[in-house]
Amino acid sequence: MKAPLNWLKDFVDINVGIKEYVNAMTMSGSKVEGVEDLGEGIEKVVVGRILEMEAHPNADRLKVCKVDVGSEVLQIVTGAPNVKTGDLIPLALVGAKLPGGQIKASKLRGVESYGMMCSIEELNLSRDYLPDAPEDGVYVFSEELEPGTDIKEALHLDQVVEFEITSNRPDCLSVYGLARETAATLGVPLKKPDIRVKEEAGGDASDRVSIEIENPELCPRYSARIVTDVKIEPSPYWMQHRLAAAGMRPINNIVDITNYVMLELGQPMHAFDFSCLTDSKIVVRTAREGETLKTLDGQERKLDTSMLVIADSQRPVGIAGVMGGENSEVTDQTRMLLLESANFNGASIRVTSKKLGIRSEASGRFEKGLDPENTIKALDRCAELIELLGAGKVVRGIVDCNMTRKSQDTIKLDPDRINALLGTEITAEKMMDIFRALEFEVDPNTMIMKIPSFRSDIESVADLSEEVARFYDYNNIKPSLLSGKESMRGRKSYKQRMEDVIRNTMCACGMNEAFTFSFTSPGVFDKINLPADHPLRDTVVISNPLGEDYSIMRTTTIPDMLRILSINYSRKIETARLFELSSVYHPVDGEELPEEKSVLTLGMYGEGCDFFELKGVVEELMTAMGIAGYEFKPEREEPSFHPGRTASLMVMKSDGTQLKAGILGEIHPEVAEKTECPERTCAALFEVAVLIDASSLSRKFKALPRFPAVPRDIAVVVRDEVYVADLMKAIVKAAGEILEDVSLFDVYKGSQVPEGMKSTAFALSFRSADRTLKDEEVNTAMEKILKSLEYQFDARLR
Amino acid sequence: MKQQLESIQKKALETLETITDIRELEDFRVAYLGKKGELTRILKGMGALSPEERPLIGQLANEVRNALEEGIATTRGRLLRVAREEKIRQETLDVTMPGRAKKLGRKHPITIVLDEIKDIFLGMGYEIAEGPEVELDYFNFEALNMPKNHPARDTQDTFYITEDVLLRTHTSPVQARYMKDHKPPIRIICPGRVYRSDAVDATHSPIFHQVEGLVVDKGVTMGDLIGTLQVFAKGVFGEDTRIRLRPHHFNFTEPSAEVDVSCWGCGGTGCRICKGEGWVEILGAGMVHPNVLREGGIDPDVYSGFAFGLGIDRIAMGKFGIDDMRLLFENDIRFLRQF
Repeated sequence: MKAPLNWLKDFVDINVGIKEYVNAMTMSGSKVEGVEDLGEGIEKVVVGRILEMEAHPNADRLKVCKVDVGSEVLQIVTGAPNVKTGDLIPLALVGAKLPGGQIKASKLRGVESYGMMCSIEELNLSRDYLPDAPEDGVYVFSEELEPGTDIKEALHLDQVVEFEITSNRPDCLSVYGLARETAATLGVPLKKPDIRVKEEAGGDASDRVSIEIENPELCPRYSARIVTDVKIEPSPYWMQHRLAAAGMRPINNIVDITNYVMLELGQPMHAFDFSCLTDSKIVVRTAREGETLKTLDGQERKLDTSMLVIADSQRPVGIAGVMGGENSEVTDQTRMLLLESANFNGASIRVTSKKLGIRSEASGRFEKGLDPENTIKALDRCAELIELLGAGKVVRGIVDCNMTRKSQDTIKLDPDRINALLGTEITAEKMMDIFRALEFEVDPNTMIMKIPSFRSDIESVADLSEEVARFYDYNNIKPSLLSGKESMRGRKSYKQRMEDVIRNTMCACGMNEAFTFSFTSPGVFDKINLPADHPLRDTVVISNPLGEDYSIMRTTTIPDMLRILSINYSRKIETARLFELSSVYHPVDGEELPEEKSVLTLGMYGEGCDFFELKGVVEELMTAMGIAGYEFKPEREEPSFHPGRTASLMVMKSDGTQLKAGILGEIHPEVAEKTECPERTCAALFEVAVLIDASSLSRKFKALPRFPAVPRDIAVVVRDEVYVADLMKAIVKAAGEILEDVSLFDVYKGSQVPEGMKSTAFALSFRSADRTLKDEEVNTAMEKILKSLEYQFDARLR
Repeated sequence: MKQQLESIQKKALETLETITDIRELEDFRVAYLGKKGELTRILKGMGALSPEERPLIGQLANEVRNALEEGIATTRGRLLRVAREEKIRQETLDVTMPGRAKKLGRKHPITIVLDEIKDIFLGMGYEIAEGPEVELDYFNFEALNMPKNHPARDTQDTFYITEDVLLRTHTSPVQARYMKDHKPPIRIICPGRVYRSDAVDATHSPIFHQVEGLVVDKGVTMGDLIGTLQVFAKGVFGEDTRIRLRPHHFNFTEPSAEVDVSCWGCGGTGCRICKGEGWVEILGAGMVHPNVLREGGIDPDVYSGFAFGLGIDRIAMGKFGIDDMRLLFENDIRFLRQF
């Protein structure tokens, strides 16, 4: 809401500087977004009248003028093509300051000039503010003014304060409402307007028009006045300039007056051309099936039966609270008016305006719920202005269809409860002063207060507390820290601790944490080779997305991981190692909300990044999370992954069964190509809940060995297809408990072993906790191992 | 013979002074003390001495031997020391050369800030609550005193899945859920991802992160809220940080406030970061609205509480001086590795 300062001053004396004012208002809850000084940088520019104009002796395009500036007549040389004798123009005097610089006396082609006629550009004023300014040339005043008048006065160049008004305070969407806040903030009186209407036209309004409300729940009140002898013309400068300063375009006197009253009092108004109202009738009703209306913006609107319209006896003439109809628009020919000042149900206006895609100054106010008591005051102010401007004659009386039954609400002021909620010790007297300034009627004996009709936001002690607090100043409340309350233990849940373990381990393994969007494009599934019927294609769909690319909630994070790896690769970054802990969203049959699963995604390419590097990271994670008994199994069924270079991670559930926790591997070469990732890009995806279920934070100390270890090696030749993991399992099983450790140290294929075979070499370490092992014991174990390998895998000692 | 011994000792000790390497020292030892060495040779001639002379010379010879052995030991020490010094001199490194990179991974700036915030509130006895991102309209709006078609919904441009299901626009629905399942006293923070229908640009993202805080107990005051926010602000932005509350309106709190912190760029004197204001708005807060307590099954006549919500992304940007929000979600390694 833009409020010109001088307009505010009509209702309240602002006795402090603008900076102090703005700060005080912000701190009492009317946040100031900014102040625009329309006359900024302009000094010593006055209204001048061109008395004479002659051709310049030395220049075709220039003219020499005599300009009356009140105190004297100055010689001015101008090149403006649009001025003539008798025109009133803005004249920058010698020594004047303009946003573009200072004006000096000068000689133009040998003729002295003591000032400059100004265009709106030179005054740094916008065409929105002065719509009658010529495209080219100096501004010419269209209203009679005294030469010598300061331009700021002539053009009402005010300081305009822009307030942010929250949705609970529609009463502040008006200059008067803001003046009330100003008065309460500065502790000065509010100057209530004294509205006087002469009603000079003959007859009674109620004889001229009949008003009927079919849906009182949607329109609790409809008040109207009739105006005759209407003369449509531009409104005066002062009104045009106030409207423009507040951000509304001046149209003509009648429209301007209705807008002016809306801005001043917060009550949207509408003027109908009375001659267009069939049967002189107003019916407030919902639209009938199939009705349409061409609104003032020239658009044909299809109406539905939920929308409230203003109709005459035959047809809609306006969409209630949203926009008027072209069929009853005020035009230059209009001679008689019906002025509407009504109250509509906020939610209904909001739904209609959303459906039609029309947001108007009126609908923006109505949808927040306005004061039904304000309709009469606004009509009177409107009538007063019409008379003041000579725009028409006002017919006696108001036709008021008032279906509001609400009596004025009261609330008890309970200072103790307010102080208890705020943590303050504010006196009852101080509180009462605050409420009186806000136009509550306070009974000091009973502490019962009448809530003003424009403050429908006040319902409870909490609301009263806010009123008290904002004028006491929030920052005067003494800070405390829940003293005297039961102390509580802050802690992370097991799951949250495990998530920390995951992040810390990933970082220790050189993985950098990534954050990606959780919505994505349905096109990503093709990129990662998912077949058309793959269950991951069943997604949660956003009905109003920012675009196709952000239209579904993701069911897998692999596409995002590949996308960010590819971004890094395209930027010539040699190595990237990334992880993300985030969610995927799976629709669940028969449930409103999807299942949100937390997943851990890993991705890497570049130096040292291959399947075994990735697997090493995963193994470290297993250790850090205390996951025992996990296993990697070859995985050939994942369409996004390389069938020969991918494993499933199997973990043991608490009940002993094995469960797939996720996959890790090299990206399928075709997917790598489609996603523009380098060859050999690796990725992994795990379900965090499954990992956490298998995890443990408990650790048991094992005594350090006191007896020496006996190291042995064994190398066997087996067929290619035999898995090292199976060999190792067999070794562990055959060796018995004296085997402390086994590790693979070499795999060899080549000329030394037959085609289709490989040599695998293991380092074994034997040790006993209670004695030094004898050679024979170890030899026996080694023989058992060899036998077992020979038997199970056709292995041959190398 | 006595003279002979004394001259050997003198000569030998002089020679020792001049020895510069360990092999020379060994030669010296052999030359004097070896089986064919000079001293040995003399001692072999002791048989020719008179019985009176023999013990005297014998003693003298032993003294000479001891002196030589001591001299050799000293010299060996000297040579080893010189050799070590030489070795040290030769293996001196240019310690200004770069270290061998270990390449730890880094946490995302949002995680770093969130961890700090969690620490502050865990220390004050808060638990961490979580809730769904795809949420019911009921919890996101209605339970928070924002019925359907309430104009306050306009301030939060919402992504809808169906009429009743949406992407949560704030972390506040976790409050509403938590109150339904828990009795006071309640002290929680709820961090998480939230969604608003804002196009991506340098200062907007349709996805960002918030932390919600909720305290409900008997006799909780607005002073408690202010004190808590002070602790938070000092913890995140530094001990000198001040906060300022401005009245505002949120449907789910009353009284409500927008909260500014003194600018981290200039400390409050005005700079580019705070657009000359000296203050930067970072969060919204207030006393929990009685309707919200009631909807959560808590009697507002017995209990009161406060709630606050803040954007983590903006705080991370402020703290680290990140000037473009898009960087947070682009995941360029060169960006991620700066934190």
